[in-house]
Amino acid sequence: MSLVTPDFGLLFWMTLIFAIVFFILAKWGFPAITGMVDKRADRIEESIEKARKAEKMLAEMTVEHNKMLDETRAEQARILKEAAQARDTMVGQAKQQAQEEAAKLLDHARTQIAAEKESALMDIRSQVAAMSVDVAEKILREKLSDSKTQLDLINRMLDEVTKTDNPS
Amino acid sequence: MRGLRYIFTFLFLALFSVPLGAEELDMNEYLFGHVGDSYEWHITTINGHPVSIPLPVIVHSKTTGWHVFSSKHLEEGEHEGFYISDSEKYSGKIVERGPSGEEVRPLDISITKNVAGLIFNSLLLVFLVLFTASWYKKHDAREEAPKGLAGIMEMMITMVEDDIIKECIGKEYKRYSPYLLTAFFFIFINNLMGIVPFFPGGANVTGNIAVTFVLAMCTFIAVNCFGNKHYYKEIFWPDVPMFLKVIPLMPLIEIIGLFTKPFSLMIRLFANILAGHVMLLGVVAVVFLTAKLGVGMNAGLSAISVLFGVFLDILELLVAFLQAYVFTMLSAVFIGLSRQGD
Repeated sequence: MSLVTPDFGLLFWMTLIFAIVFFILAKWGFPAITGMVDKRADRIEESIEKARKAEKMLAEMTVEHNKMLDETRAEQARILKEAAQARDTMVGQAKQQAQEEAAKLLDHARTQIAAEKESALMDIRSQVAAMSVDVAEKILREKLSDSKTQLDLINRMLDEVTKTDNPS
Repeated sequence: MRGLRYIFTFLFLALFSVPLGAEELDMNEYLFGHVGDSYEWHITTINGHPVSIPLPVIVHSKTTGWHVFSSKHLEEGEHEGFYISDSEKYSGKIVERGPSGEEVRPLDISITKNVAGLIFNSLLLVFLVLFTASWYKKHDAREEAPKGLAGIMEMMITMVEDDIIKECIGKEYKRYSPYLLTAFFFIFINNLMGIVPFFPGGANVTGNIAVTFVLAMCTFIAVNCFGNKHYYKEIFWPDVPMFLKVIPLMPLIEIIGLFTKPFSLMIRLFANILAGHVMLLGVVAVVFLTAKLGVGMNAGLSAISVLFGVFLDILELLVAFLQAYVFTMLSAVFIGLSRQGD
């Protein structure tokens, strides 16, 4: 039995069997498997790409978020500063106004008091004059024949008194 | 470890049982009986009675036409005019008597041991691959990966496709991928089943030149029937100085090269597997050959032969894979060359 000469029977069966096996596997076997494996590989690649994109997006968002936070903080500081300024100016203005008003009121009161005083003094003077005249008349009714000269005298004397008593 | 213990137990049983019925071992018959083909599938011999599976014999005689009968009839001698020849020319083959008394070989397409092994291994392969393919029909492969048997098959298929087919062929690999995958798994499973020492393994399928011839022929067809213009130009009108083409030296070399490539594929696979089987058988034969040297000598040498046999068996596992890999890779390289420049 020779080893190196192919036997016809085996050659025939081998060709037939290999052809059938090849047909079956090429039709229903390997393409189904490799196709699905390829699909899975595609899917995995896709997923990795997606993950990479998501990661990138997240990084971008973090940057944006931080930027926004910084901006907000700056804005807040600015607003607070402005508010403090506004408050300060408002308080100052109010103070000034109040001072002015108070001064005005004080002035007004002072002039009024002065006028009142003046009028009261005038009133008192006339009354004192009248009383003095009355008193003098009563005292000097007999002695004085001419009341007119007497009244001038008394007036002059009263002026002198008031000047010495109250110089203002 | 447990496996090793079984091996040693088996070894001791073999040691003490074989020398009792020791007879002269015909090395030639022993070797060729195991690596060669036969009409029945011999499994073992119990108490001198061979246990074998009879296989159908299919022959066509020019004079008497088709004959189909069981191989067990041949053991009894002549059957329907056919018998197994003892002559130098047709040793071990079925022959009939010609008109002038000489032996004539009929057209013989019997299901021999190798054919039966081939059928069994092919069924196994088809089952394995279709089983894996059916997993993908039942599951969404984009969401999950197979486990167990289908997982191993997927791993190997992806390995062959990614490492060999895509690498060697290039972008048009899809067209050749089914053939190369079939070739790889066909060779691999036949190699592995060849190492299994008992039925239904043990048929020396890929160590038979007819089998490797058909495989190499398929690669030859895949290379030469689908080659592109560039490939054929390189063969018939290569870019070499004119005088090498006028005297058609280079085309001649290229045309010879067309045939030597698949020829080397055929011989490489055949010789590697055959050599592996012969080595293993030789090492195992030491146990029987040293039987008449006495128990001590026999035991010592048998232990060595078993250890060496374990080593060779593991080596053969590697070779089984390696030869399938090499055959597929070289086929892919040759196909890749025929598609160069696309």
